[in-house]
Amino acid sequence: MKLGHWMMGGAAAALLGLSMATPATAEGEQYLAGLVYRTGAYAPNGIPFANGMADYYALLNARDGGINGVKIQYEECDTGYATDRGVECYERLKNNGPTGTAYVNPLSTGITFALTEKAPVDKIPVISMGYGRSESRDGSVFQWNFPLLGTYWSAADLIVQHLGQKNGGLDKLKGKKIVLVYHDSPYGKEPIPLLQKRAEMHGFEFTPMPVTHPGVEQKATWLQIRRNRPDYVLLWGWGVMNSTSIKEAAGVGYPREQMFGVWWSGAEPDVEPAGDGAKGYNAITLQHGAGRYAVHDDVKKNLYDAGKGSTNWDDVGEVLYNRGLVNAMVGTEAIRTAMAKFGNKPMTGEQTRWGLENLDITEARLKELGFEGMLRPIKISCSDHEGARSGRIQTWDGKAWSFTSDWYTADDAVLQPMVKAAAAAYAKEKNITPVACN
Amino acid sequence: MGPFLEVLLGGLLTGVLYSLVALGFVLIFKASGVFNFAQGAMVLFAALSMARLQEWMAPTLGWVAFPVALTLSALIMMALAFAIERLVLRQLINQEGIILFMATIGITFFLDGFGQTIWGSDIYEIDLFLSKDPIFLFEDVFPGGLLVDPYELMAAVIAGILVAVLAVFFQKTRVGRALRAVADDHQAAQSVGIPLNYIWLIVWTVAGLVALVAGMMWGAKLGVQFSIALVALKALPVLILGGFTSVPGAIIGGLIIGAGEKLAEVYVGSMFGGGIENWFAYVLALAFLLFRPQGLFGERIIERV
Repeated sequence: MKLGHWMMGGAAAALLGLSMATPATAEGEQYLAGLVYRTGAYAPNGIPFANGMADYYALLNARDGGINGVKIQYEECDTGYATDRGVECYERLKNNGPTGTAYVNPLSTGITFALTEKAPVDKIPVISMGYGRSESRDGSVFQWNFPLLGTYWSAADLIVQHLGQKNGGLDKLKGKKIVLVYHDSPYGKEPIPLLQKRAEMHGFEFTPMPVTHPGVEQKATWLQIRRNRPDYVLLWGWGVMNSTSIKEAAGVGYPREQMFGVWWSGAEPDVEPAGDGAKGYNAITLQHGAGRYAVHDDVKKNLYDAGKGSTNWDDVGEVLYNRGLVNAMVGTEAIRTAMAKFGNKPMTGEQTRWGLENLDITEARLKELGFEGMLRPIKISCSDHEGARSGRIQTWDGKAWSFTSDWYTADDAVLQPMVKAAAAAYAKEKNITPVACN
Repeated sequence: MGPFLEVLLGGLLTGVLYSLVALGFVLIFKASGVFNFAQGAMVLFAALSMARLQEWMAPTLGWVAFPVALTLSALIMMALAFAIERLVLRQLINQEGIILFMATIGITFFLDGFGQTIWGSDIYEIDLFLSKDPIFLFEDVFPGGLLVDPYELMAAVIAGILVAVLAVFFQKTRVGRALRAVADDHQAAQSVGIPLNYIWLIVWTVAGLVALVAGMMWGAKLGVQFSIALVALKALPVLILGGFTSVPGAIIGGLIIGAGEKLAEVYVGSMFGGGIENWFAYVLALAFLLFRPQGLFGERIIERV
């Protein structure tokens, strides 16, 4: 057989494989699209998150027969953390299943920015838990965006509060030098307005330092840090950029105890490659950290003991795995809320949006779901699509993360005016008439 | 003066690491006239093989795992060279350079995906048994001394050895001369009895071994992960600057690009909001290109018509 024939045969086989890989749609099932990344530069962080999401959906199907008896049909598409591929995945999956996807988790601020324009047209809510546009918490303008549990402005505010607390008050930050080492992308730039605002308020010197994708070239940045000796370095990285930053910090002798990462720079793949060099490094948490709770027992009993888990049991309970679990839980609870109004059947994006906006996960409900001790209650409203903005600092001791501060709550007196102004500017630019939230 | 010298030194040493990747491009282009877009993917594939094999064998073999993994990885790269020659290049003999170039793009995507499928997509470690602590030079002269990364220092030594070996190989050996003849003209080389398939197998094997060395150095420094494949993009300005056919050019080009981009980032970057080093490398290469289109050390091609 000639090479050409081999290649034709291979292409045909690949096409056949692709068509067979697409799950058959079942009429009574709730379809959910998963924009994940298990390949590419950001895979080490994307994989545990994707595993957590997949396991939670599988758990609901195995343990409860789905959501209120409606089975979940979950389909992944690998975006590689690239905005163009993310939009392509979204377009490909959005209408699958009987009702289309009930919501979408882009797991990328860049993809979230792109889908923010598409979501109102397609009537599919975008859940960007702990990422996305910070002003999108204003539901009167961003009706289809849900940056649940915390925005980047909240994250930066929580870290500044912690630094203030360490120094004996926010006023004691006057004259301090704070550097932000950030991924040069929409994600990395998000905290800058808040930090500039806080620098104005408290008199600290704020210097943003960008690192270009994928973040493996940081020598120049860290040589400048070695020369300028800032009091604190805030890290807004993702993927291999995080471990590279920590290695470079160790390389130039910058104390890791004075480094504070965002919740996307505070997982095991960020610190483990740096070995002992990561000891003392800190990160703000999106409420939860690593560890196993009651829900993990259910995951073990229903999935891993039956050989149906997405990963090795040892990896279950890592920070990003847990974030995947929480993402899936919050999304499916929104569907459950919507079902209470619209009936136990597959929910459309529009119905799920109603469920998200009326989501109220109480302490009692968290206990029922097995998340007690892992999360605080979440209550979403028309005007507040964030729902909660609290976090603790966690510190890496060389082997594990542990919480090393009390809870902080972002100061809405600072955040609210910024959110309102930015959301109003967006509404004006896009000709959006804000809805009235009572 | 101290900070300037420190950035300069750091840039030069990083440049050596770029040179290690650029060397693989030069080897294949010099010997076969093919611009091998897959060199970055080969670096990743080699580093992944080395890291995973070392990781799997270390618990039972201890330090012996390193030489065993190194040998097995070298064999894997040789097998890869064999497969590329048999399945791709042999089918495309006497085709235009652009066809061969497109084929290497195909190889890139295949290797990126295949490597992650069989070895995994996490961050893996290669242990070279070097201290991670930085070295401080001239502490008496400059306050705080000049900081040097021991991995980069090691890479500089290895690059020097590689260049010496390759120079001897190309200039003094029969195979080396045959490689150069093939690069000039496939058909003419074949007509005088040089076995093209054999030559391509050798050159892709050598490039694969250079990729293994580059992958080990980058992998030990950054951790072995997909981003290593993207480091190959840093070899392009090095090649533009140093010339596609010159081994010394790859080294000098790497040094100029490494030092230039780091100095630009530190001393000019703030004017542009920072983060300029990636594109500045290309600006620097383009500036050289305007004055020497064949690169600093490239051969000037004169064709009589």
